[in-house]
Amino acid sequence: MPPLRPTTLEEVQEAVLAHPRLRVRGGGTKPALSAPEEGEAVLDLSGLRGLLEYQPEEFVFTALAGTPLGEIEEALGVHGQYLPFDPPLVGQGATLGGTVAAGLSGPMRHRFGGVRDFLLGVRFVDGEGRVVRGGGKVVKNAAGFPFHRLMVGSLGAFGVVVELSFKVFPRPRATRTLRVEMGSLEEALGALEKIRLLPLDLLALDLLPPATLELRLGGFPESVAKRLERLKGLLGGGEVLEEDEGHWRGVRDLSFLEGSPIWAKVPAGLDRIPLLESLPLGPRRYLDGGEVLYAGLEAEGLRALRAAGVPYLVLKGAEEPLFPRLQHGFFLDVKKALDPLGRFPLGWGHAA
Amino acid sequence: MGFLEELKALLPGGRVLTREAELAPYESDALTAYRKRPLAVVLPERKEEVVEVVRLCHRHGVPFVARGSGTSLSGGSLPVEGGIVLALNRMNRILRLDPKARIAIVEPGVVNLEVSQKAAPFGLLYAPDPSSQPVSTLGGNVAFNSGGAHCLKHGMTANHVLGLEIVTPTGEVVRLGGEGLEGVGPDLHGFFVGTEGLLGVALEITLRLLPRPEAYHTLLAAYDSLEGAGEAVSRVIRSGLLPGAMEIMDRLSIEAAEKAVRAGYPEAEALLIVELEGPKEEVAAEAEVLHGVIQESGASEVRIARSEAERQAIWKGRKAAFSAVGRLSPDYLVQDGVVPRSKLGEALREIQRLAQAYALRVANVFHAGDGNLHPLVLYDGKRPGELERAEALAGEILRLCVRLGGSLTGEHGIGVEKKAYMPEMFAREDLLAMERVKAALDPKGLANRGKVLPEEAHAPA
Repeated sequence: MPPLRPTTLEEVQEAVLAHPRLRVRGGGTKPALSAPEEGEAVLDLSGLRGLLEYQPEEFVFTALAGTPLGEIEEALGVHGQYLPFDPPLVGQGATLGGTVAAGLSGPMRHRFGGVRDFLLGVRFVDGEGRVVRGGGKVVKNAAGFPFHRLMVGSLGAFGVVVELSFKVFPRPRATRTLRVEMGSLEEALGALEKIRLLPLDLLALDLLPPATLELRLGGFPESVAKRLERLKGLLGGGEVLEEDEGHWRGVRDLSFLEGSPIWAKVPAGLDRIPLLESLPLGPRRYLDGGEVLYAGLEAEGLRALRAAGVPYLVLKGAEEPLFPRLQHGFFLDVKKALDPLGRFPLGWGHAA
Repeated sequence: MGFLEELKALLPGGRVLTREAELAPYESDALTAYRKRPLAVVLPERKEEVVEVVRLCHRHGVPFVARGSGTSLSGGSLPVEGGIVLALNRMNRILRLDPKARIAIVEPGVVNLEVSQKAAPFGLLYAPDPSSQPVSTLGGNVAFNSGGAHCLKHGMTANHVLGLEIVTPTGEVVRLGGEGLEGVGPDLHGFFVGTEGLLGVALEITLRLLPRPEAYHTLLAAYDSLEGAGEAVSRVIRSGLLPGAMEIMDRLSIEAAEKAVRAGYPEAEALLIVELEGPKEEVAAEAEVLHGVIQESGASEVRIARSEAERQAIWKGRKAAFSAVGRLSPDYLVQDGVVPRSKLGEALREIQRLAQAYALRVANVFHAGDGNLHPLVLYDGKRPGELERAEALAGEILRLCVRLGGSLTGEHGIGVEKKAYMPEMFAREDLLAMERVKAALDPKGLANRGKVLPEEAHAPA
């Protein structure tokens, strides 16, 4: 069956009501999440595209879910603003909706927080074809059930997101990157632990195993230069990268995973890193002070994660993308309320 | 054995209150205009007791309301007639504070400020800082997605909750989220925050901690008009700065704060507080830009805090403003609407016009950085009809906020107070979706019954 490609809200509603099983696809940059399983119709949202509202002074924009992130970033850039959660895979054509549904943030999430911290509101079509709005279009709002946050990482379980509102921030005027080679993993973890407690306002703090740290600073040029010197003193030296912007563009596009058959996001944390480093994982990088790992894997690596009981989300290359499965009552009750017939993934005995 | 007997068996030692005099303090929260007499108040000390009480309520079909210190300004912890109150203040232990992981795991009765105090020796803090932070509990903060002065930059409570253990209204104990900043699967803990106790009771809360900023730069500017102060906020944003906090007070609030705490504020129609925070080099660079902007904004007087004591003096008046207004009037209603920042001037003009039309005074204190207004509607409850007039005026202000593209509440919640206005902000389908989620998790409708969702949503279109 060819993909359904709605261009209006009404067409999304019709598509939902017409098909017992649906798999939503945006830019297709996370194929493990957007490829249809047997019996599923593909709902391609790339026709629901465009910035609907953007007032730079409000730090808020609203756009259709199928809008490529690149388009959003271009519009924000004109006003010196950016998406502070630094979404991955922009270069490959990732969309706003896909990023929210997968719950993905990039290296600069370290400074202000991840995608969940910047999503303000949502409009979605639930499993009964009903249009539901949650949240709002202002930077602060506490009214009603926050359906927008429910969509983050939901893999489309509760509905088809059609419209999203986000908070944005002014982009740092200047950025610099320091790369420091430590003697061993233990030493690198020790340094990470120390740096995480200091008020350094780093944009990014990455660990490239076994023992390299990359720290990115942003702000006024003079302040960045002074802070860079302070950092060097703190860490006993390091190399300042020539190519700052290009380097980080590569990181957030996960270019270090190229060539690996399976791409996975793994919640990490300082305590879990030694365990993860004992497993047969491929090329990889820990973002946000060690909080999250993006890893390239072979089938063996994925099996090892599962055997170790480490949760993961596969973006590319495996049949069951989510581990562990969600089974508890809270999730199933919310699912029952919004998708009673089980048109969407997750729950109801679907494969992950 | 009847319900009350079973309850008393579950919580021995006088921890089930049923006498008139014992119940009276729990009849209302900080929104004292509403009062309801509960059947009983129970004082659990461990999460297992909360779970057992919720299960007992489910079995007997008895509604329950969980509460902490009762600082809700929207009647969010108002008891239900014939129902019980779960007073969680005795569940006040910080179970774990892990500086390495930068988290704190707390019981729901822990007071907000206590987390930052315990985290301070490690150079960490818990960012959400509602004005009630010396009193309000984290369970309540989670229920209402509480805010504070630093929301623009740091977000609200939902942004700082990493995981929750909850008991659902049918008595199931579930863990949502985890201990790290990143997880996989739906953000269910994020969804739970702000549902005002309608979907269950938080038993344990995992909070993220942040490094304390290295430097602050706090500035106080006086203006001849509220619009002038509002315009200055827009100028700051346009300059590309991202202050930690921007607050405005109007003349009435300034006078009240002066009388109450002698903050030493200048005489003005409006005061603007701007606070920068971050690494010292960055704050120094930002401060230069800020001074240029404020200079051009036509401020009649500018003060800069040169020490921590001076910084605290600037904040003292602002933090005391709500209670200080109590000196100007026997009663007041605190509103909590949000408007887009660029509509602040329009909103304030309209509020002044409405105040005149209703012949009531309105003091304005607000988080200008994120458009969160706190109009304090002053009234005298002893004068017949004045409360009703104040409520009508407050309602007009809420409608105004929604009309301007904002929200009914920035941080205080919907509670009982604003539920009638929910249809102004949400379509019927939106409200019905909330109803369906509520019904799926709470088929008997026991958890914080009568809050948030307007009765009208049930009615056929």
